[in-house]
Amino acid sequence: MKKMKMTKTAKNNLITYIMVFLAYIAVQILLATGNISSLMKGLLVPLCIYVMLAVSLNLTVGILGELSLGHAGFMCVGAFSSAFFSKCMDGAMPDGVRFLLALLIGAAAAGFFGILIGIPVLRLKGDYLAIVTLAFGEIIKNLVNVLYIGKDKNGFHFSMKDSISLHLEEEGQVIVNGAQGITGTPHDATFTIGIILIFISLIIILNLINSRDGRAIMSIRDNRIAAESIGINITKYKLMAFSISASIAGAAGVLYAHNLSTLTALPKNFGYNMSIMILVFVVLGGIGNIRGSIIAAIILTLLPELLRGLSDYRMLIYAIVLIAMMLFNWSPKAVAWKERLKERYFPKRLRKEKEVK
Amino acid sequence: MSLLEVRNLTISFGGLRAVDDFHIDIKKGQLYGLIGPNGAGKTTVFNLLTGVYKPDEGIIKLEGRDITGLKTIDINKAGIARTFQNIRLFKELTVLDNVKVGLHNHYHYSTVEGIFRLPKYYKVEKEMDGRAMELLKVFELDGEAGYLASNLPYGKQRKLEIARALATGPKLLLLDEPAAGMNPNETGELMDTIRFVRDQFDMTILLIEHDMKLVSGICEELTVLNFGRILTQGKTGTVLNDPQVITAYLGE
Ligand SMILES: Nc1ncnc2c1ncn2[C@@H]1O[C@H](COP(=O)(O)OP(=O)(O)OP(=O)(O)O)[C@@H](O)[C@H]1O
Ligand SMILES: [Mg+2]
Repeated sequence: MKKMKMTKTAKNNLITYIMVFLAYIAVQILLATGNISSLMKGLLVPLCIYVMLAVSLNLTVGILGELSLGHAGFMCVGAFSSAFFSKCMDGAMPDGVRFLLALLIGAAAAGFFGILIGIPVLRLKGDYLAIVTLAFGEIIKNLVNVLYIGKDKNGFHFSMKDSISLHLEEEGQVIVNGAQGITGTPHDATFTIGIILIFISLIIILNLINSRDGRAIMSIRDNRIAAESIGINITKYKLMAFSISASIAGAAGVLYAHNLSTLTALPKNFGYNMSIMILVFVVLGGIGNIRGSIIAAIILTLLPELLRGLSDYRMLIYAIVLIAMMLFNWSPKAVAWKERLKERYFPKRLRKEKEVK
Repeated sequence: MSLLEVRNLTISFGGLRAVDDFHIDIKKGQLYGLIGPNGAGKTTVFNLLTGVYKPDEGIIKLEGRDITGLKTIDINKAGIARTFQNIRLFKELTVLDNVKVGLHNHYHYSTVEGIFRLPKYYKVEKEMDGRAMELLKVFELDGEAGYLASNLPYGKQRKLEIARALATGPKLLLLDEPAAGMNPNETGELMDTIRFVRDQFDMTILLIEHDMKLVSGICEELTVLNFGRILTQGKTGTVLNDPQVITAYLGE
């Protein structure tokens, strides 16, 4: 029995990895044969970013069982910290090494903010995390918009007013220019790097879930009082899940920053609408269902683009698909239908499930 | 020396003295019963012993060590594990994983070893699986190890809770109405299991129970609570024949 269960989880995870890999191969074939529009080509890296965001948010929402409404804020931290680093170090080291360091810096900075928010908030019982993360996302976005950092031979200069107040020397350079953001970040992000990062995120999250730490995290989600009674350190494991989730969002932000020539913090990319959209991916893909998050992120990102030709009907169809996905994943009837479908293909396993009911 | 020594334990909720001047001495290896009518304060005593509530007054000693006011997780680490009157399992985890969470503080590998599946992960997980299956066998739950805890029938859920508590390696096991909702057959089996646990694990057990057949069948000593206060305390046979206890239970 035990063995069966283990192989089932392992099999499930393998399917997820294979799915991502096949998607990668399919895109590579399309690219090689030139069967892909330039519009779609431009969507490839953003797709990877959304998948990473959705998967990482699911760690907080589905596995830890806490609601976070500021995921875009962590992405923003990752994006700006890494773009700043890359801009300063451009040419100072090999591109590969620089990007790798940028990734680590972006993930670490976002993780640090995750811990900073988590330490006071995750101790509290109740839905405070949702409120605080929502505020955090907005604050970070607005803060970045008034942040000016320049560099000259005397070192770094900071200001919260304007670029003049930096008082740079002749040859000095403004790196972060308030609402104009960071321009000229090296364009390091590629689809292949995106897929590699998705794989790394999946390995981290799926292996975490199926480990000693993951069980502790899920035990808190399922019953906090019982978890405490058997000696689980609630704050430690909540912080662990939340900061890993934030770090991966930060890494997604690094990818984002290195895919654009100009990085600015707008409501569209780092505002709460973005956070909500990621949450929509998670909810529609199934809370706690990592593969579902990937699929939902892909479908819901591609759909508006695929439907572009339909102009006015676009948003209507988008809404219908949203509702359909929600019904498919959450309505008892659809769940029962899926169970029946499973029974047809895996009758043995289901018979056992019935026995115990 | 007593394994558990409690003196003058008191807590009030608003104006209500839910537990008032509670005291108890439980020796190692004892099977001890805590009984009393509904609302007498029995569960509150468990919550005080396990740090869910901080007592207004009183002192709790485990093996002579003062554990009053410690946090729940530290009390568990000190050696007290419990079950809950309203079952609290990790519903979305498998039966096996429920017990493995209980083993958490006794088996270690780092987060990195877990994420990157280093050899220690496989080694320790295998040991945990082995130990968890041993515990499940005691409660005849090994056949259901792969099921979600929420899919177990009620009686087996109660047993799983005991298995999970035992997994933490306690010195003292607190069972809050372990036979609640069980039929006489199941209760009989449970009595055997509780005795088995005491003998095999060298365990000391304090249990709350309304089922008098179970109480008189396995408990060596009893404390009777009524309106938060101790009505009487002593050998099971003596206590159950005490007229005071009979009136408290039947009402006047
Ligand atoms: N957190 C709390 N806040 C307020 N009152 C409480 C709290 N916990 C318990 N009480 C009250 O304390 C009294 C004792 O409750 P307790 O649950 O300990 O009784 P019990 O002996 O376990 O009863 P039962 O046999 O019904 O389980 C009850 O009147 C209850 O309402
Ligand atoms: Mg009670």
